[in-house]
Amino acid sequence: MSYKKACEVNESITWHDITPGGDVYEAGTSKLVNTGDWRTMIPTFIADKCKHCMLCVPVCPDSAIPVKDGKRLDFDFMHCKGCGVCYKVCPFDAITFGKEEK
Amino acid sequence: MGIRDRLSGNEAVAIAMKQINPDVMGAFPITPSTEIPQYFSQYVANGLVDTEFVAVESEHSAMSVCMSAEAAGGRAVTATSSCGLALMWEMLYVVASARLPVTLACVNRALTGPININNDHSDSMGARDAGWIQIYAETNQEAYDNFVQAMRIGEHKDVRLPVMICQDGFITSHAIENIELIEDDKVKAFVGEYHPENYLLKKENPMAVGPYDTAAYYMEHKKQQAEAMRNAKGVILEVAKEFEAMTGRHYSFFEEYMMDDAETAIVVIGSSAGTAKAAVNELRAQGKKVGLIKLRVFRPFPMEEIAQALSKVKAVAVMDKAESFSACGGPLFAETRSAAYDLKNRPAMINYVYGLGGRDVRVEDIQHVYAELEKIAKTGETGEVYRHLSVRE
Repeated sequence: MSYKKACEVNESITWHDITPGGDVYEAGTSKLVNTGDWRTMIPTFIADKCKHCMLCVPVCPDSAIPVKDGKRLDFDFMHCKGCGVCYKVCPFDAITFGKEEK
Repeated sequence: MGIRDRLSGNEAVAIAMKQINPDVMGAFPITPSTEIPQYFSQYVANGLVDTEFVAVESEHSAMSVCMSAEAAGGRAVTATSSCGLALMWEMLYVVASARLPVTLACVNRALTGPININNDHSDSMGARDAGWIQIYAETNQEAYDNFVQAMRIGEHKDVRLPVMICQDGFITSHAIENIELIEDDKVKAFVGEYHPENYLLKKENPMAVGPYDTAAYYMEHKKQQAEAMRNAKGVILEVAKEFEAMTGRHYSFFEEYMMDDAETAIVVIGSSAGTAKAAVNELRAQGKKVGLIKLRVFRPFPMEEIAQALSKVKAVAVMDKAESFSACGGPLFAETRSAAYDLKNRPAMINYVYGLGGRDVRVEDIQHVYAELEKIAKTGETGEVYRHLSVRE
């Protein structure tokens, strides 16, 4: 029976190695999955205009706005789905929102 | 030496559960399996077991309780019949694909409708593709013995599949027969404790059970599940061997009765095998070379072994106690005839759907089947393949 870690399970895994029933043996494994590619709209962070008021951080449904030492950083685009909630909530026009060109 | 007693099939299975002392029972009453949770709840109330008895509001919830308990790392049992099993349908598949070895005592009863509480195999045969191991019994003794063996099979690391231990509603579930029980300590030692490698309550290693499976992974999981069912074949025989060493009672995929020189044979599941054996004995006394195969394990299906067992007979009647409305025969017939396809010299084969909704099966009914087989063996003419036994024309 295979008990592979989530980071070892990908689309090339064989039936021998895949975990039974799809069991996942760690917590927080959604971080490993690139769900940012679902995005059709994309927010852009204008760092110059940002006052680091932190209104955008808690409203992000995907925790895709990282914060370090009291300052927000650029978006985590591996997990941002482009919902635009952060753009709506920003009082300083520090976030723009538009169609993502791929 | 075992303990001699006289018990109904339901009480015998309840006693097996008591001896095993599982962690959880989730159950809802339905005729004719009601007595199993009823007896068991008395053991719980009297402090004879440590089991958490969860009285649920439906069979869907009963199976959900068992699934959750197994995922948490416990050993879970339930019992049901007929529409109760049908209401578990969704969860039967989830339990099997999550590879949780729940043990279910299925007391076979016809599915409605028209509404009927008597025995046939339409409930468990309908669940045959759910991914459960299915083991059937002819007698109370076999129902008990099969239940004692169930967890060793389902919980084996190469298997990890749920197990359905089936017996015929009323015919064995309510009839009281002599039985030889195994001593409590021996059952405990034989079944052992359940120690899964990963489970939800293992706090040092959090895990998720039953996540969404995309098209990129689903086939691999189904192949793995299919392989587990193949592995179950070897494990069933290993466990039966150990069981025989403990009790002297022999079990395999099926029992061959008078098959050595048989020219015609019946393949049957469950209590009707007892009636068929009586028919065989009478016909043998008349010098007729008739034999019987009583199938014990339907899932996994012992395809090569059944083919081998039928390789020397001229004509076979496969008896289905379930209609599958395929317009060409019942489920046991489909499997058995498919098994025989690989034989160089295939026997002629017919199907009898019989005993539906508790229709009585008498020795003379079975003798009629052998008489038909004798005609086929003599003339080589199979005639109608898909037949119904004892139905008024």
